[in-house]
Amino acid sequence: MRYSAWQVLKQGLTGHTGWKPAFRTPDPRPSYDVVIIGGGGHGLATAWYLASVHGITNVAVLEKGWLGSGNIGRNTTIIRSNYLLPGNEPFYELSMKLWEGLEQDVNYNSMVSQRGILNLAHTDAQIDSYARRGNAMHMAGAGGKLLDTDGVRKLCPFLEFDTARFPIKGGLWQPRAGTARHDAVAWGFARAADQRGVDIIQNCEVTGIVREGGRVTGVDTSRGRISAPKVAVCVAGNSSRVMAMADRRLPIESHVLQAFVSEGLKPVIPGVITFGAGHFYVSQSDKGGLVFGGDLDGYNSYAQRGNLPVVHEILEAGMAMMPSIGRAKMLRSWGGIMDMSMDGSPFIDRTDIPGLYFNGGWCYGGFKATPASGYCYAHLIATDSPHETATAYRLDRLRSGHPIDERGAGAQPNLH
Amino acid sequence: MQIPHPLLGLRDASEFVYLGDASLLQRPEVPEGADMGDSVLLDAFHEYLHLRDNPAGEHRELWFHEQGDRSWLVVTRNTTTHEITDCVLARDLVSR
Ligand SMILES: Cc1cc2nc3c(=O)[nH]c(=O)nc-3n(C[C@H](O)[C@H](O)[C@H](O)COP(=O)(O)OP(=O)(O)OC[C@H]3O[C@@H](n4cnc5c(N)ncnc54)[C@H](O)[C@@H]3O)c2cc1C
Repeated sequence: MRYSAWQVLKQGLTGHTGWKPAFRTPDPRPSYDVVIIGGGGHGLATAWYLASVHGITNVAVLEKGWLGSGNIGRNTTIIRSNYLLPGNEPFYELSMKLWEGLEQDVNYNSMVSQRGILNLAHTDAQIDSYARRGNAMHMAGAGGKLLDTDGVRKLCPFLEFDTARFPIKGGLWQPRAGTARHDAVAWGFARAADQRGVDIIQNCEVTGIVREGGRVTGVDTSRGRISAPKVAVCVAGNSSRVMAMADRRLPIESHVLQAFVSEGLKPVIPGVITFGAGHFYVSQSDKGGLVFGGDLDGYNSYAQRGNLPVVHEILEAGMAMMPSIGRAKMLRSWGGIMDMSMDGSPFIDRTDIPGLYFNGGWCYGGFKATPASGYCYAHLIATDSPHETATAYRLDRLRSGHPIDERGAGAQPNLH
Repeated sequence: MQIPHPLLGLRDASEFVYLGDASLLQRPEVPEGADMGDSVLLDAFHEYLHLRDNPAGEHRELWFHEQGDRSWLVVTRNTTTHEITDCVLARDLVSR
């Protein structure tokens, strides 16, 4: 069924009895051309682009839980392409362009809303670095505008402007950035891939990676063995655990990141705002809740819940940036497990084992990357060569001395 | 989360700074006069600096008691439950 205004009208007039499930729940078949491990945003996007761009439809996506149970259903939904380095910026700009056409492409309302992102600057040095970043963004066609204090005041009069400690000197504004409805992104990709024949298999945990004669030939799962000449790992916070099944260690640590939502309020926040003097960011959902977050809890964790000291720290930063947030009641908080790479940048690469591909290390910024990650991973799996915007995301870049140190903090591990 | 400091008893985790896997205590040996561009050495340092076991379960890790007695501890903690089963001074491990 194609979704359209006409369908909404027709179903509305017939008691909404004609809607069908958005995708099938098939049993796994014994073999596929490609098996994707992990039914998060990136795995589902990969399946969609394999089917729609490369015509490869004999594909299974294996998800250990239910669809959307991982980070795709836990993030704070920010999409943006305000990166600096050549290895990153063209990739994230490709993602932004794919977001702009996504709903038409997959025929699903993912509520992509380009309401803009504002990175606040509190020192002259920060203004200089945002000018540089803004130039890099313009070179990649991402747009962006450097605002002075008055420009920020016009956009967000409710911020704390005049403290001696963190005066707001201006900000970098990317109007094309914004938010999207995270679950709807997963459902949209799943439905579109399913319609092209991809099997999306939930409650199917991969427990082993099968190798014969030095190459990968399939996977063992909680629902039996499934063979495939190409196996694509795409499991976000569980990257190290799954790659350990192939006896590989990764430059990755798993950490928990928390997020928070307040009670619903009238519209107050125009877009996404990030604090420049501490780790805090906030946006407002369409339901009115303030959605915000900050730093990792700071130690290895596979527990999808965080601890209180970080809650305290994040709320303090929020109060410093926007004191009025103190009047809102917090409703919920939750956590997700991030695969933090040693330089803070992701990997989309073949492994040294023929037939085994790896996508991971997205840290806390992988939601915005979902379409481009799927697009480039599908390209790699189909053609065995990297997409031109993803050539820097090699698994051996730390060994060879080519980290992508986007944060400008130098090439050293433990940046997170 | 509280950490059972061997000298100071239970201390709140927020007094500590976390560094990561305790394998960081085992820096690769660099033989006298070695060529630092040597690929065996580069591999060893790559493993040491970048690669991690990153287990879901028991993990030996380094915590620094920055807002306390400034000692380094090796804590054995379960990364799925945060249960701590062992905590010793890193100094004692290294000199042993
Ligand atoms: C609190 C929070 C806020 C965030 N905010 C943002 C943001 O504002 N903007 C942004 O760009 N990014 C954000 N992120 C990061 C982003 O959510 C992730 O980088 C991204 O979702 C990861 O890719 P994914 O969607 O494929 O992951 P996931 O949805 O986690 O998918 C991985 C899937 O693999 C499955 N899996 C694992 N092991 C196995 C196995 N053995 N067999 C089968 N399946 C398995 C898991 O169940 C999971 O469903 C945030 C993350 C969190 C937690």
